[in-house]
Amino acid sequence: MATDAIELQIVTPERHVLQENVQSVEVPGKEGYLGVLPGHAPLITELGIGILSYRKDSETRYLAVINGYAEVLPHRVIVLAEAAERAEEIDVERTRRARERAQSELSKAAPGFEEWQRADLSLQRAQVRLQAAAKAGAAGAGEYAHGA
Amino acid sequence: MPTLIDYRRRIRSVKSTQQITRAMKFVAAAKLRRAQEGVFAARPYAHEIVRVLRSAAARMETTVHPLLDRRPEEKILIVVLTGDRSLCGAFNANVLRRASTFARENSSKQIEGIAIGKKGRDTLRKRGWKLTAEYLGVSSKVEYSTAKEIADKIAELYANKDVDAVYAVYNEFKNVLVQRLRIVKLLPIDPAVLGSQAEEIVAEAAAPEGESLPHDLAPSGQGRLVDYIYEEPVDEIFGHLVPRYLESEVFRILLESAAAEHAARMTAMDSATRNASELIDRLTLEMNKARQATITKELIEIVSGAASATS
Repeated sequence: MATDAIELQIVTPERHVLQENVQSVEVPGKEGYLGVLPGHAPLITELGIGILSYRKDSETRYLAVINGYAEVLPHRVIVLAEAAERAEEIDVERTRRARERAQSELSKAAPGFEEWQRADLSLQRAQVRLQAAAKAGAAGAGEYAHGA
Repeated sequence: MPTLIDYRRRIRSVKSTQQITRAMKFVAAAKLRRAQEGVFAARPYAHEIVRVLRSAAARMETTVHPLLDRRPEEKILIVVLTGDRSLCGAFNANVLRRASTFARENSSKQIEGIAIGKKGRDTLRKRGWKLTAEYLGVSSKVEYSTAKEIADKIAELYANKDVDAVYAVYNEFKNVLVQRLRIVKLLPIDPAVLGSQAEEIVAEAAAPEGESLPHDLAPSGQGRLVDYIYEEPVDEIFGHLVPRYLESEVFRILLESAAAEHAARMTAMDSATRNASELIDRLTLEMNKARQATITKELIEIVSGAASATS
């Protein structure tokens, strides 16, 4: 392995999503996005709901990541996520429907209550998926690129 | 004596039953494959969660968490994992029998149950268990969200001190022919998980049948603890990791039980199919005998008829 590469692994409870050697990674930390270049000091952070991006061969790729942890080592980044999807894999139509459903539920429920929180979370998840898909240039997702 | 028509009818009926059992066997085999893949796919995540949890625990002076808190066991919760359907041999019966024995062994304590699977729910209800919650339709497709839901529920019961310990009774998938009954303590979480024994647990989980992990997740420099920077306070990360660990444990148990169920169903349906073949062979033999008997009888009648006509 070249010294200027990072081995990026993304695992979720249901599958092994990705294992690749990349040049840089940006992870959606709970307290904000975090860029990682080769040789980074060991670090552990919690992840929020957001977009993980990485550069490989001067091409940037995106994934929607939902909660979890990232462990950073000088030449290795391990992401443990509750769910993670490559932008190309996201079903834009379905996600859009999920987003609409969440929005209508959100407008019905009283703020702060359990249903409201659940709807709010599904809305966030749907939005981040759509953003990831939009970034990857999936057809029909463009109009949602400015959400959240 | 049954007539030829009766035999034909029986054979036809056994044949159609055999077709059903054979179809069920193939369905179970396909589902088993998927469940096994699920068990396999869940391992790297479980492995990593334990590792991150341990390194966080090592950095803390005292590990305090509601889910690690030990109390005298007065009220216990037993999570019983069965299938939703039968036709899987002794799969459900074994678990339920073990659950009842376990309850009897702890009869001095207050016992509550959580039933996962319809069969377990029905039986435990009949036996008069106090069921705190039930989850049906889990084993046909095990999803992480279900595991999360169950884990949240038991964590909540435990943190509110509604129960003092949580056990799970389930079938572990050994191989296609063998399921092993197991009882594990889910809560309070064994402090050994945070300590040195975790490595063994991880090693065992990673390669139980001499199989290596599909993707090498063995950390560089295992054995020594890496001095991490923690973006958030370490106890906060630790506090969030513990429930994740419980979720991944519950998820693993659900997957194991589902794989064991499909394996049990496959074996049961295989022997049912074989029994049906045997039955068909026997019936065919008897039918041929009956046919020959009628032919012989008719011949005798013709011969004796002819003899009386010539005389």
